Amino acid sequence: MADISTALDAIIVEPTVFELSSPGRTGTTMPAADVPAADSLPEHLLRSELPLPELAEVDVVRHFTRLSQFNYSVDEGFYPLGSCTMKYNPKINEDTCRLPGFLFTHPLQPIETVQGNLALMFELQEWLKEISGFAGVTLQPAAGAQGEFSGVLMMAAYHKMRGDTKRVKMLIPDAAHGTNPASVGMLGMQVVTIPSDERGNVNLEALKAACDDTVVGMMLTNPNTLGLFDEHVEEVIRLVKDCGGLMYGDGANLNALLGIVRPGDLGFDVMHFNLHKTFAVPHGGGGPGSGPVGVSERLLDFLPNPLVGIIEEGDEEEDLAPLYGFVTPKHSIGRMKAFHGHFGGGLVRAYTYIAMHGPDGLKDIAQHAVLNANYLQAKLRGTYRIPFDRICMHEFVAEGRFEGSDVRALDISKRLIDYKFHPPTNYFPLIVPEALMIEPTETENKDTLDRFVEAMLKIAEEAQSDPELLKSAPHTTRFGRMDEVKAARELILCCWLPENYESLT
Amino acid sequence: MNTSAHLKFAKTDEWFDAESGAIGISDYAQNQLSDVVFVEILVEEGDEIAVGKPIASVESVKASTEIYAPASGKVSAVNAALADAPETINSDPYGAAWMIKLEGGAAGDELLDASAYEQYCEGRGH
Repeated sequence: MADISTALDAIIVEPTVFELSSPGRTGTTMPAADVPAADSLPEHLLRSELPLPELAEVDVVRHFTRLSQFNYSVDEGFYPLGSCTMKYNPKINEDTCRLPGFLFTHPLQPIETVQGNLALMFELQEWLKEISGFAGVTLQPAAGAQGEFSGVLMMAAYHKMRGDTKRVKMLIPDAAHGTNPASVGMLGMQVVTIPSDERGNVNLEALKAACDDTVVGMMLTNPNTLGLFDEHVEEVIRLVKDCGGLMYGDGANLNALLGIVRPGDLGFDVMHFNLHKTFAVPHGGGGPGSGPVGVSERLLDFLPNPLVGIIEEGDEEEDLAPLYGFVTPKHSIGRMKAFHGHFGGGLVRAYTYIAMHGPDGLKDIAQHAVLNANYLQAKLRGTYRIPFDRICMHEFVAEGRFEGSDVRALDISKRLIDYKFHPPTNYFPLIVPEALMIEPTETENKDTLDRFVEAMLKIAEEAQSDPELLKSAPHTTRFGRMDEVKAARELILCCWLPENYESLT
Repeated sequence: MNTSAHLKFAKTDEWFDAESGAIGISDYAQNQLSDVVFVEILVEEGDEIAVGKPIASVESVKASTEIYAPASGKVSAVNAALADAPETINSDPYGAAWMIKLEGGAAGDELLDASAYEQYCEGRGH
């Protein structure tokens, strides 16, 4: 038996590309040079000992294909990861972002040669304005957190421009994403945490007590990370504005609002979009993300530089297109990123997604996302405790623990993997003990949702009848339960070094 | 849940020992956090600190959290050993896992005694 299991180990452990390497193997064939050879690089800039792997093409393809099969993806199955809108990304996005006119352009090309790209960016700015109710949009920020940072920079610049320099405090609810206090910390502002009330709304009394003339503003995620629309959002915004603060909206959960509520209409001054959540741009390892920011009239002049604008009006009668180019906002906070944002990877895909759905389609997305989440909540309620139990938006948070059992959220999640589902978000938001944050998204049909419910109910039974089964899960994957403590304490990411490593250093 | 009778507790789960001036986090807190994997003390010897000032940052496999001073005073010692052995917070929260010590430390007004803190934790629905 021992021999068999050793043999099995050898099959399931994938070597690194370095271990697969052998000197002299190659995966590329260079054409003959059709230009004269340049002078050699200076000797002191050359290295001969760099241990780059040497592999044939087929070895590389098989290596990464095998690795991808160890993984679980939204193309493979249900992915109910809350607060991240891990939605299915339609494949037409992949076609459009690979159109040669988009793919083979360079951000430093003269604008006359990339009018199509600029027109797409201009129109995307306009669409995002229309969807969100804001007066202006920048497409520059690389992802959500940089969008937040841009937004907070604009808020600070607004107060500074008015000579209102004693504002140092940012109000952040205890249900907020961790990036909110991090963005604020980067500007050296002070975070004031506002607790939630028993219905999961911002606690108005605590907010009133915190509002004074030292407040920069408030960062609110709405719907919040409990998946709940704040029932007093207009009152919250009024309180913040009455003390001279600005209102920041974290757009991570915009998927629930598309075509139904516009944050700009509610009175938000600034909000970042996560194109990689709401508008079907690949997420995480499939990124990069994209975090445009929308602003109200009073922050318009502070937007990052440059924006895409029309620099010469067209003439419809003459069938003459406008000339698109770059414009600089009057009091711009400056450039947030080299070039113009994640154009092909983010902007073209998001443009495609919005164009394909149109206004009615976007509204349909929000409605189905909310319907699916409420369906799951209704089915799981009673078996799993739901601490803030009311009609939810695109997601809801359950407690992953049971009376008289020491099974925890993590064990439930690991067991879900055995049932071929990606686990929901664990242990967030922090205000719910053993949190399981479940966001099904709009694309999932009733059959998938029912299968998920069935697995969750079965796991709740197993938690009573055979808790060890959960604690040692997953059992059906190539690798079983990972040692998360070891992974967090021993930060050694490389298991391989060249044999002559010592002599190289 | 364990408490220690001679300690005072903050509602944010820090304890303060008026006798030695030591500050740490409660058994309840370490249990909620689960395995602690990282500790960073944010103050240095000689710093004057006020109640509510962040004095340390703690990360577990579940969450990261700031630790706030439950008392005011001058920092007289910092437990440097915690950085290399963050698991001490799980194994000995009231002993070896003290974080800092204060000289002439004055407890914050809103600290609870051990039995009141126990009651408070039971009422948190966790």
